[in-house]
Amino acid sequence: MPLEQKLKYEAERDVKFANWVTRETGGENLRHCIQCGVCSATCPLSLYMDYTPRRLINLAREGFKKEVLSSLTIWLCASCYACRVECPKKIQVTDIMYLLKRRAIQEGVYPRHFPIPVLAKEFGRMIFLFGRVNETLLVIDLFLRTNWFRFLGMTRLGMNLMRTGRMSFIPEQIKRKRELRKILAALDAEEQKESAL
Amino acid sequence: MAEQKEHQNGIPRIGFYICHCGSNIASIIDVEDVRKYVATLPGVVVSRDYKYMCSDPGQELIAQDIREHKLERLVVSACSPNLHEETFRNAAAKGGLNSFYFQMVNIREHASWVHEDKAAATRKAKDLARAAVYRVRFHQALEKRKVPVDPNVLVVGGGIAGIHAALTLANAGKKVTLVEREATIGGHMALFDKTFPTMDCAACILTPKMSAVKSHPNITLWTYSEVEKVEGYVGNYKVSVKRKPRYVNEDLCVGCMACIDACVFKEPKFPDKFNQGLGKRKPVYIDFPQATPKVVLIDPATCIQMKTGKCKKSCADACDRKAFDFNQQPELKEIQVGTIVLATGFKTYDAKRDALYGYGRYPGVFTALEIERLVNASGPTLGDVVLRDGRHPKAVGIIHCVGSRDEKTNKWCSRVCCMYSLKLAHLIKEHSGAEVYNFYIDMRTPGKGYEEFYDKLLAEGVHFIRGRVAEVTDWAMTPEEQGKLVLRVEDTLAGFVRRIPVDMVVLATGMEAQADAGEVRHKFNIGCGSEGFFQERHPKLAPVNTFTDGIFIAGACQGPRDIPDTVAQAGAAAAEALVLIDAGHVELEPNTAHVVEEECCGCKSCVPLCPYSAITLDEAKKKAVINEVLCKGCGTCVAACPSGSIRQNLFEDDEIFSEIEGVLAQ
Amino acid sequence: MKYLYFPGCSLKGTGKAYEESLLAVFGALGVELQELEDWNCCGATAYMSVDETKSYALAGRILALAERERLDVVAPCSACYLVLNKTQKSLQEHPELHRKVTGALQAAGLDYKGTVKVRHPLDVLMNDVGLDAIKQKITSPMAGHKFAPYYGCQIVRPYATFDDQHNPVTMDQILQASGAECVEYPHKTRCCGGSLTGTVPEVGLRLAYILIKEAKQRGAEAIVTVCPLCQFNLDGYQDAIAKKYERVDLPILYFTQILGLALGLPAADLGFKRGIISAEAVLAGR
Repeated sequence: MPLEQKLKYEAERDVKFANWVTRETGGENLRHCIQCGVCSATCPLSLYMDYTPRRLINLAREGFKKEVLSSLTIWLCASCYACRVECPKKIQVTDIMYLLKRRAIQEGVYPRHFPIPVLAKEFGRMIFLFGRVNETLLVIDLFLRTNWFRFLGMTRLGMNLMRTGRMSFIPEQIKRKRELRKILAALDAEEQKESAL
Repeated sequence: MAEQKEHQNGIPRIGFYICHCGSNIASIIDVEDVRKYVATLPGVVVSRDYKYMCSDPGQELIAQDIREHKLERLVVSACSPNLHEETFRNAAAKGGLNSFYFQMVNIREHASWVHEDKAAATRKAKDLARAAVYRVRFHQALEKRKVPVDPNVLVVGGGIAGIHAALTLANAGKKVTLVEREATIGGHMALFDKTFPTMDCAACILTPKMSAVKSHPNITLWTYSEVEKVEGYVGNYKVSVKRKPRYVNEDLCVGCMACIDACVFKEPKFPDKFNQGLGKRKPVYIDFPQATPKVVLIDPATCIQMKTGKCKKSCADACDRKAFDFNQQPELKEIQVGTIVLATGFKTYDAKRDALYGYGRYPGVFTALEIERLVNASGPTLGDVVLRDGRHPKAVGIIHCVGSRDEKTNKWCSRVCCMYSLKLAHLIKEHSGAEVYNFYIDMRTPGKGYEEFYDKLLAEGVHFIRGRVAEVTDWAMTPEEQGKLVLRVEDTLAGFVRRIPVDMVVLATGMEAQADAGEVRHKFNIGCGSEGFFQERHPKLAPVNTFTDGIFIAGACQGPRDIPDTVAQAGAAAAEALVLIDAGHVELEPNTAHVVEEECCGCKSCVPLCPYSAITLDEAKKKAVINEVLCKGCGTCVAACPSGSIRQNLFEDDEIFSEIEGVLAQ
Repeated sequence: MKYLYFPGCSLKGTGKAYEESLLAVFGALGVELQELEDWNCCGATAYMSVDETKSYALAGRILALAERERLDVVAPCSACYLVLNKTQKSLQEHPELHRKVTGALQAAGLDYKGTVKVRHPLDVLMNDVGLDAIKQKITSPMAGHKFAPYYGCQIVRPYATFDDQHNPVTMDQILQASGAECVEYPHKTRCCGGSLTGTVPEVGLRLAYILIKEAKQRGAEAIVTVCPLCQFNLDGYQDAIAKKYERVDLPILYFTQILGLALGLPAADLGFKRGIISAEAVLAGR
């Protein structure tokens, strides 16, 4: 078994990261956490997570950026909001998961071939193209990009959906795609302006 | 259920009652079996058991039986006499029987609560009941003594507890003498800058009360003084107080401090105890500008005149009011008071005892009290948070539970450290902008506004790391750690061990009993718990009373507590004293000793043995005389008398012998 | 009664049965639904993980289009319902976000003031139509049928606007009004796994299996849901569940399908044929 050093030095902390989280929408209450763990206990997925939500919050506010962004936890969050509802300090845990996911995608530190971030990106691309999402095409696209083998295992489901008329290979599109793209372009411009500052 | 039978010749008619105490007694002791058994004993004409003897119907049952069955003696098997002896004596009186024709048997604390074997516990309950039945036959009718209560009060200790108790009593029109060991009143609270959780300035809320003490017409303030001896009993204490010499006449000095400027030492040179040694003072000094009384004093250990007698005494020359008196001697004062409030406070844990935290070894390690002085606007640095070498800390670690919650030192939680650590974290951050880490085991914030204060600190970005720090070291493992103190701790919530380099370490030392608490408790004849804090009469229902009537305790001398709780307790202690004063008199137990004159040979062996100086020798008759009011019924003289001529009420020979006979009988 | 109808992508795809039964039921109850013109995808949970502001802007376009019509929006899909409500709340609470989003909308000639009310069909049926009105129109009650009412997560969390967060009862009452019985179902608001069933099947399948097994053990003949993703996860993966755990074979239906039957609508109009797990027992005798 390979030995791994678990000791953490203060130099490994990224204070800016913690401050960034608290400035993002939903991250405001991060520091109020009293580490009660109700988020982890109510989470239907914490049993699969490498860090429980409580621990992730603790790591985030102490500035352990690498651990936080490369954790599986943020990708396993299914956005069911149970943690947020139960939190005694009104910490918007789900939104913190979202902002951490965005940062992880931005910095390209999410796990390779892990389908969730790929799905998220493809979802965005499809909206840009058609204005709506076609689940069939999205799923096909996803598996082509992540796991061919899994895709083959899905044929049974595909046939079932075909049979019940729930699958369609023709994407639904909106009429005023230009209008939508203008909105997105305006935000791109805004972002460029911000990063230039 | 009850057994009743007719009168037996020669033996007084005895009623026996056994209490179930809910299930406290009845779950272990077969009370019906005991009841039936006792009914067979000689003299017992009524034997009953009842769910709660101490309840109104329980007492009424006794009173009614006394009347109906013409009972002449009463035995109740229940809990400790400490709790209900008085209750059943009253029940006896209600039925028309002398209260002392009664004997109580403790089968709860002495049997059901301490035994698991039901048969054996029941046997023991029978033995004890039998002993009491045998004994009570010989009881005699006695009356309680009434003695007047002196309305004057002594308050010992001039911290916030003593100040508040003294003012409360004085405002109620009672004459109070407040005795303080240090040169000023104010206690620990006078050291603080702010108070949690409201962050009021400690001086702003304390100094008005200090000056109120000084100017109150009903308060005599003796600082730099200590109680030497306490004699007497509730309502009538005689107290000797030693007034230590200041070498400055307190009545003349107005605190102008011209003498301090004039001292031959141009610069302050000696460690200033008030500032926890962080500042310096001259041999003539005053603790702080608002010291009360505002009177200077001389430290004989550093004053040249006091040490060698060869100083030009420029201080005395500078004094317009000629207040200096280098020949001042300690003065012994005697006062009469009826009640005493002890508010002698606490001391903080000696941080040097935890060598792993390096206090005294690394200059960057401070105690919390030192930091209180550093953040204090009128402290030695005027509120500047600086290290001993003058640098400003960039990172500060506060270690909680130093000398608390540790079987190796003090087992208890000191209750205030979490909150004052939060306060100091806030103040340090505010004063220095440093990164602050709190290392805690559990965060304990039970109090009004306390949890909210914790939440505020969390929001301020203070780090909270759950884990007990294992060491403070200057051994650097990384370049960032060079020149720093590194704290090694398991961040138990993050799940790994961390090394955190800081410039300043603050040890949140816990609260302990005063070093001389043992001595003081003997002086005042009260009890101490195993931790050394003064023992209250009951932890819930008599928290400011002691086992000695007329002596009350308030504040941290009873156990660790914060200012709000201390003040509440001081008010309670004052109210308890007022209860006695306003009643005007107290009743004393009639368990005193008396001399059978014809048998006394006047040998005087009893006289020096009496701890209460209650025995004198009538020189004319050459017989010992016992002052009933002074006698506390300890029995020392009774046992010591070579001729057996001293007897004691409630402990007469025939009472004790038949009790022994009873307990041994089958 | 007239509402603006925002179907969302799922109701046009895998959740067609929901749309079919919803439109039929609302029609039968005399509630008019006008589909929002040229609506776009709300962004769901996935887009929020990529770009926060754009995600809010997508929902912003929907709200801006809806505002023109001056009607309450009915959003049957739980994800859409949450995203639209969340967007309104976030824009209200974060001025900077509000500035960016409304600015971008204006660039495309759209105006958003924040006056739209986004409602769930359960909310409309319970509070606008009313249980009494529904009961009056029940012609073939679902007597003797037992269902597990399953709300999933996002319609009561985090914003509980029309029902309790921990124990919602609106659907229970509507199902009971239609003559059916509801089993006591502790997993009412437990997560179905969302998109994890597709992306990390070993995780998603377990959640779905727990939900179905418990409903079955408590005597339900079907799980009745309000969300197209829940329906898809629970219905579509029962083969995979059989492979990994055991055969469960429990139909997963929309509450509008049950209500539709009770209102006497033909099963063919209520999308029953779209279920992968057949609901024959529910339809028996109809």
